[in-house]
Formats: sequence, C-alpha cells, structure tokens
Amino acid sequence: MSNKKELQVAALENGTVIDHIPSDKLFTVVSLLDLQHMDSNITIGNNFESKKLGKKGIIKIAGRFFTDEEISRLSVVAPNMKLNIIRNYEVVEKKEVVMPSELKGIVKCNNPKCITNNEPMQTWFHVADKEQGILKCHYCEKEQQVDNIKLI
Amino acid sequence: MENRSLVTIANHSKERILYLLEMAQEFEKKPNRHLLDQRIVATLFFEPSTRTRLSFETAANRLGAKVIGFTDPKVTSSSKGETLKDTIMMVSNYADIIVMRHYLEGAARYASEIAPVPIVNAGDGANQHPSQTMLDLYSIYKTQGTLENLNIYLVGDLKYGRTVHSLLMAMRHFNPTFHFIAPNELKMPEEYKLYCKEHHIHYEEHSDFNEETIANADILYMTRVQRERFTDLMEYERVKDVYILHNKMLEHTRPNLRILHPLPRVNEIAYDVDNNPKAYYFQQAQNGLYAREAILCDVLGITLDEVKADTNRIMNL
Repeated sequence: MSNKKELQVAALENGTVIDHIPSDKLFTVVSLLDLQHMDSNITIGNNFESKKLGKKGIIKIAGRFFTDEEISRLSVVAPNMKLNIIRNYEVVEKKEVVMPSELKGIVKCNNPKCITNNEPMQTWFHVADKEQGILKCHYCEKEQQVDNIKLI
Repeated sequence: MENRSLVTIANHSKERILYLLEMAQEFEKKPNRHLLDQRIVATLFFEPSTRTRLSFETAANRLGAKVIGFTDPKVTSSSKGETLKDTIMMVSNYADIIVMRHYLEGAARYASEIAPVPIVNAGDGANQHPSQTMLDLYSIYKTQGTLENLNIYLVGDLKYGRTVHSLLMAMRHFNPTFHFIAPNELKMPEEYKLYCKEHHIHYEEHSDFNEETIANADILYMTRVQRERFTDLMEYERVKDVYILHNKMLEHTRPNLRILHPLPRVNEIAYDVDNNPKAYYFQQAQNGLYAREAILCDVLGITLDEVKADTNRIMNL
C-alpha cells in the first residue's frame, strides 16, 4: 500500500473548505452555491466517515470566498456545516453555518395558495424554531419543516 | 409614514383590542358620522363575499366616505393576468384606504407592504379575517359585559374554520375556558391545541353535542359542517345531524348564554332557535358594522378621543 502513489487532493493555497456536509445534501450544497458554473479548481468528496454524521461530504473550492448571505443559504439544507477559510495554506477563519432569523428569496412556500406562489415576488420566512428547524411564511403564516423545503 | 394597515389582529395586545372595542361602542351609540367626509374607500373583492362587502360599504357610507371598487374579479384586469401589485398600485392612486378580500393567503400582508395607503384585510384565503374576529369579540363583550373568564364552546368545523382559530388566538388575553365540539374529521388542529398550551388556555374536547355538554356555556359559537370537507362521505352522513342546535337543547343553559354564528348558516342552527332570546347571530352581524367603522377610522389615524369628541359634539347638538 505504502508504495502506491497517493492520490493528491491538493492542499488549498487560498479558498474555502466546506466540511461536515450530510452526504445526502452534498449535491444540494453544490447547486446552492452554483459550483457547477464555477471555473475554479473544485474538489468534491462524499461518504467519508464522520463521528457526528455517520457519513459526510467535503467540498474544497480554490480561490473563492463566500459572503455571509451565500453561507446563510446553506443553513436550510445543512445547518451544522463548517467552512474553513484558507489563505496562504493556513486556516485563517472558521465559519459555522448558522440559521439566520429570516430567509428571504431562498425557500419556496409549500402552500400552493400562498401569495408568494402566485405573484412575482420574493418569499420571506421567519425561523420560528431554530432547533426544530421550523420556518413560518411571513405572508400566508403557514409553518413548514426545514427537512421538507423546496429551494427556489 | 407608519403603516396603519390591518392585516391580522393575532398580534394585537389586550389594550389594543379593548381600545378598538371601545371605539366600536362609540359607533353603536351613533353610527352616522362625518368622520370620513371627502375620503374614498376602495373595496376590492378578488373573491366574492356579499356579506363582508356590504358591511364594509355600509360602514364607509355611514362615516360619510365614498366607495369605489369591484365585487367580481372577472370584470377586472386580474382576469387578464394583471398582478396583485399592479392592481393595488393603480387603486392607491384613487382611494385613501383599500379594503380587500382575496382568495390567496398572504395577499393582504403583501398589499400592505407595497401600498402607499392603508390596507384592511377583509379575508385572505384560509388565513386571516380580522374584522370578523373584531365583531365576534365585540359581540361577546357586549352580551357578557366582559371578555374575562368566559366558557366558550366552539362547535362544528374546527379544522378549517378560520373564524374559530382567530377567535381562539384573540381570546388568549382574557383567561377563557374553551370547549371544542367537533366530529373526528374536523377536530381542532394540533397546532391550535399547542397554542392553547403555550398560552395557558384551558380547553376540553368533546365529540358529542347535547344539552349536558353545553350546560355551562357562556358563548356557543356555531359553525357550518360542510360536506366538501369530508374525505369519507360515510362519516359525513353519520355526523351531519349531530352538530345541529335545537331550541330544546337550550332549556337548561345559563341565562347569559348567547349563540353566535359567523353566517351564512345552512342547517346547523334549527329555525326554532331564532326566536329564543339567546340567539344572537343576527345582532352579531349588525355589530360588524360598528366594528368595521372603528377599523376604518383606526387605519386612517382617527383616534378614540376624536371619535368620542365627535360623540359629545353630536350629543350636545
């Protein structure tokens, strides 16, 4: 084994490492961050062992840093993810994905009779319960579970 | 400018509710005022509702306002695909206040965020219907002399009944005891029972509806059990006659008991109840006029003191 060439996933010089992604959410995270349209060097790994999650995914993106707004988008699919910000091969900052108290324009309301599904307008949710992941539509006032959401 | 729209009263404080009820009381003393002279009230009914519309238009007329609007969305541009936003922005150019009924939930909230004039929600789908709740509260207050410590029995469709849900939430300030009387398919949803627990509202559930169940009621709030709500029509056939109030059931009820119903009724209150002094549903509808006069004034920034001053002026004439 030892003489086999190690498959080198290059250490990042500058960029972002997203860790602790639940395996079944990995590709949702990819699309939420629009990684499929990104030119940077991207490494995507899945089904690694994780004490917390059982299985986890990891994404490394070279030369790209995300805004807090972009990061908060991720909270609806994977609230416990960690982002490591790498500069000059060093982790200079760790960011935890936290569920914001409000979500605008990210999640679709699952009530077909909600005005947001019938009018060209932005959706708006209040996070009613962070622990239980309950979102409440600002308009129709219906509650929905974060596990059942559809993204816009 | 502060947006004074009325979208819901679910978050109204106790003081705010009592303030609006006191204002309604002033309008009951004297319904015809000139408080809204020179003002234009638009009533936009994207979904027909004759009862609510007539009540709002009467309130506007009795306050001296002029009324414009539509009663049937088929004749408006929304049938041509115009967005709600465009309709609201257009009407805001003409009217000082917009009263709207819409079949979509959240429509009034959205309208209140984009309109430069105040919006009054006259019902948005299954969501909110605050003027109905106000008139229900006013009817309870007027007939019982208080809103505190009452036994309120909600009967019929407690699952889809928007009015019972709003009433339940608005009563949280007043230490009520609720009794939920409904067939299994139309039981009070879990979220509202949870709401009761969170707000320390005592409640009991019953599936039978008879003289004994309602013996201690102060308020009996009847609603319609609709056939289309049932997935199991056998179940509907079984329960459809169970939740009907007959006059003979009222014999041993409390003297202060009053029977409310948001109307229209179909057969859930037998006609022999109408002549019983405990029947209150027609006066309840009349109270809607006073509640809506108060709502129209409040959203335009007319205060209780101004209404009272006007009462005094009129009384002294």
